[in-house]
Amino acid sequence: MSAPLVIFFVLAAIAVAGAVSLIVQRHPIHSALSLIVVMVALAGLYLLMGAEFVAAVQIIVYGGAIMVLFIFVIMLLNAGEEERTNFSKLALYAGIPMAVAVTGLISAAIVNSSAVAAQPVTLTSTRTLSTLLFKEFVYPFELTSFLILVAILGAIVLAQREN
Amino acid sequence: MNEFLTHYAFLIVPIIKIAILVFIVLTVDAYLTWIERKVIAHIQARWGPHRVGPHGLLQPLADGVKFIFKEDPMPAHVDKVAYFLAPFITLMLALTSLAVIPFGPQHFAVFGYESGVGIADVNISLLVLFAITALAVYGVALAGWASNSKYSLLGGLRSSAQMISYELALTLSVVGVLLIAGDFSLRSIVDQQAGSGHGLLSWNVFPQIIGFICFFIAAIAETNRVPFDLPEAESELVAGFHTEYASMKFAMFFIAEYTSMITVSCLATIMFFGGWLSPFPDSWTFTHYLPSVLMIPFGLWVIFDGIRYENLFGRLVLPVVGTVLTLIGAGLIVFPVFNDAIQGIFWFMAKVFTFLFVYIWMRGTLPRFRYDQLMSFGWKFLLPVSIANVVVTSVVILWRMH
Repeated sequence: MSAPLVIFFVLAAIAVAGAVSLIVQRHPIHSALSLIVVMVALAGLYLLMGAEFVAAVQIIVYGGAIMVLFIFVIMLLNAGEEERTNFSKLALYAGIPMAVAVTGLISAAIVNSSAVAAQPVTLTSTRTLSTLLFKEFVYPFELTSFLILVAILGAIVLAQREN
Repeated sequence: MNEFLTHYAFLIVPIIKIAILVFIVLTVDAYLTWIERKVIAHIQARWGPHRVGPHGLLQPLADGVKFIFKEDPMPAHVDKVAYFLAPFITLMLALTSLAVIPFGPQHFAVFGYESGVGIADVNISLLVLFAITALAVYGVALAGWASNSKYSLLGGLRSSAQMISYELALTLSVVGVLLIAGDFSLRSIVDQQAGSGHGLLSWNVFPQIIGFICFFIAAIAETNRVPFDLPEAESELVAGFHTEYASMKFAMFFIAEYTSMITVSCLATIMFFGGWLSPFPDSWTFTHYLPSVLMIPFGLWVIFDGIRYENLFGRLVLPVVGTVLTLIGAGLIVFPVFNDAIQGIFWFMAKVFTFLFVYIWMRGTLPRFRYDQLMSFGWKFLLPVSIANVVVTSVVILWRMH
């Protein structure tokens, strides 16, 4: 087994373990911490694919900014441990079949496309990425940022409604 | 054996370099506490530590021994996992962030493996650094939350709010430098400041003076130092997020704080003050003797001070230290090879220690911000100014291109 493959399996195992822990943990802070582990493991996977810029941004934006807000809000609300509920009927009849179907679909796709995975990894430079983003895809990029701006304005309007 | 070394050099060389760097950084951290206590003491017309060793020079060692042997009680009803993880996260991230910093210009090959003065020379080193600082909030926030104490919780909350707010200004203030350099690599940012050999005139601090001021203010806030040390405002919060920590766990927070001071000083040196470049023009080769010129008088002064020191231990040790320093200074004149090799590291260290001194000086001078002042300063002044700096810099660069 080659070194990148070993690293891939280690990171993938960490990501999956973090995701499982996110659901199983009963305390919101522990769940949020597990989610940070998932984010950082995903950044490692991006790095393995040669997307260094995406990996750094994944940690800065998701691992840093967004998850800090999650933790901040949980701490501010002082949310306590959650009670375990009974196994819901919806999960039994709709959830499990859906999960099995999605897993089957993804595994089928991976098995059928084994040739694609053998491509050599090339490092995409930050310069190439930014040229693509600001020249070829400038309209979708700017539209997305406009969408985020609208969402921020909406949040401010909702927060200010009381006054 | 030799084949093994060349084959695994990519693994062995960084591990050795990490060990050396961690040793150096921890020693500098320890003596930074001594310098801080001495400088603040003299600002306040006191003596500072002077009992343990000559001039209190063995005080850091005594502190270390005390930290190790102190009892480490754990408060009741703490969240055990987070309580244990928090100091480790904080210290690990603080030490990791030093890994991408280049300390000097040299490249050398060990066991056929090419490497520089610094652990990892990645081409997105600045982004990696910001990614690591982005995660540093968790150590403080978790410590505050897990301690099950209202002082800790308030300290942790304040600290995370402060770090989120000032991280934006910190990141935006360096965009100007990135636009000038056109690269994320710290090494090429320094190389670009070499210009055409006119010394300090081509450093980034002159076109980016506003960026530098924003960066330095935000950096002080990020490292939780005076006047932004609200997370541990002792008159209001006892000791803030680390109230419930004792012994080695407390020491880990302490070491992390001093390490991030070093990291931020290194970053300011690299981004704005030309890193390892000399402030003098390249043609002034006589400035290469500056390390010796400083070191020999200092060594002689240590000898002179040591001979008439008040106790026997000092009279024995200080002259020896002074002789060693003088001999090193003289040796640099005799062997120009070594003298040329240390030039880069000498200037880098000189700049970093200047910043560290400013940190300590401010702690002895400035009062603490009030919480609302801190927030309105960060969001309503620092952030708009750094955004304006980005806009003006880009317009000027665009203008020059056409």
